[in-house]
Amino acid sequence: MSGPPRLSVRNIRKSFGTHEVLKGISLEARDGDVISLLGASGSGKSTFLRCINLLEIATEGEIFVDGEEIRMVKKGGHNQPASQKQVDHIRSELGMVFQSFNLWSHMTILQNVIEGPVHVLKRPRAECIAEAEALLEKVGIVDKRHAYPAHLSGGQQQRAAIARALAMKPKAMLFDEPTSALDPELVGEVLRVMRALAEEGMTMLVVTHEMSFARNVSNRVVFMREGVVDSAGAPQDMFGSGASPAFRQFIGHFGQA
Amino acid sequence: MDIAFLSQTMATLIKAVPTTLLLFSLSVFFGGLLALLIVWMRVSGNPLLSGFARGYIFVFRGSPLLIQMFLVFYGLGQFGVIRYSFLWPFLREPMVCAVLSLALCTAGYSAEIFRAGLRAVPTREIEAARAIGMSGFLLVRRILAPVAFRHALPAYSTEIVLMMKSTALASLVTVWEVTGVAQRLISQTYRTMEVFLCAALIYLVLNFLILQALALLEYALSKHRRAPSAAAGPLPR
Repeated sequence: MSGPPRLSVRNIRKSFGTHEVLKGISLEARDGDVISLLGASGSGKSTFLRCINLLEIATEGEIFVDGEEIRMVKKGGHNQPASQKQVDHIRSELGMVFQSFNLWSHMTILQNVIEGPVHVLKRPRAECIAEAEALLEKVGIVDKRHAYPAHLSGGQQQRAAIARALAMKPKAMLFDEPTSALDPELVGEVLRVMRALAEEGMTMLVVTHEMSFARNVSNRVVFMREGVVDSAGAPQDMFGSGASPAFRQFIGHFGQA
Repeated sequence: MDIAFLSQTMATLIKAVPTTLLLFSLSVFFGGLLALLIVWMRVSGNPLLSGFARGYIFVFRGSPLLIQMFLVFYGLGQFGVIRYSFLWPFLREPMVCAVLSLALCTAGYSAEIFRAGLRAVPTREIEAARAIGMSGFLLVRRILAPVAFRHALPAYSTEIVLMMKSTALASLVTVWEVTGVAQRLISQTYRTMEVFLCAALIYLVLNFLILQALALLEYALSKHRRAPSAAAGPLPR
């Protein structure tokens, strides 16, 4: 495959105080890669995801989005982004989907979806509305476009949040446990939308506990343990005979080993 | 009951309503602007600015408005710097002094109300805004301010009503608003009860209108908290 990887992260370290959560993690995502990040809670996978779009600032390491390096400077011994403008730009290129949806509660679903394109990308409103309605159609909640987030089920809210991220036409999508806050019967509708995105060739990084998604949809599985990558590989290897003892034990908890 | 006297009194007092409204609207406007500045300093993270804001809020919330007004009206003229400055032609006007002290005082209260509103903005929603590429003024304008204002509105409504009533103090620095005119009528007629009842009625009507307007605003801004049917009307299927 030609060109720089969509996402390249090198040797990310992150400490909270004296507690080191990430101990040097590297990852590369090429166009169309769907990478599942697995690990027990506390293994640092969410923190790692949040470091990529700088919701957490990594203590050390390099991040490249589409070949563009996020410039960092040392300020008072701490790593800081050199330019807020670059940070905003990088964030606008990476769609983020949160565990608890994080929709803006005072805006309707449609307003949530057009907010970024209209106010961050400064595109014409009418165009954005047409695209937003198409996206909401795609995730199956176009009939709810004039409703407020509080009036939707968790699954509908999460699909709206995915549409909001897609409206920015992101180069890659980051999913932070997108189904963990959902009632079991609502998980399927969100996973279906994510699977459709994967099939369209969207580059995706997914922190998840959904083993079926990791096994059947992603083309790479990364297993994190205590702040390092324990093992990584294609799902058929990871879930097959090539699994590390720690990973085998981990998936054993899900009754899928 | 002396209907003729009451209606005559009412007519005289109503002529002073524009002055009361002017005092009220100017001080709410400038006080609101100043409150934004103070709350920005308070949450800026800069120890110097936030220290100043804390001090400001403490002084103007902690001392009586009447004394603040007297200090501005009688006190400022004692300083040569002010007396001989270009500001004096303004600061010598009772109206300017009254608006200045009302605005300075309400700014202290409003800043705290706005700060409480800011703190009520869910971190998750701020994070979602950052994740989409918002920062700085855009983030304030699109997410922080609208959400914070909705949270602050009930408390701010109370502050606005208090301001309407506080304009009565301006009578003591010789502004002829409703209460001032009422006192002048009393000194001419010695009919305290009727005149003050008329004045009180005027304030009640004004505050009733203000509260109605604010309640409407609150209703319009809280669609997202109401049941879906009331919020959006019938949803297109």
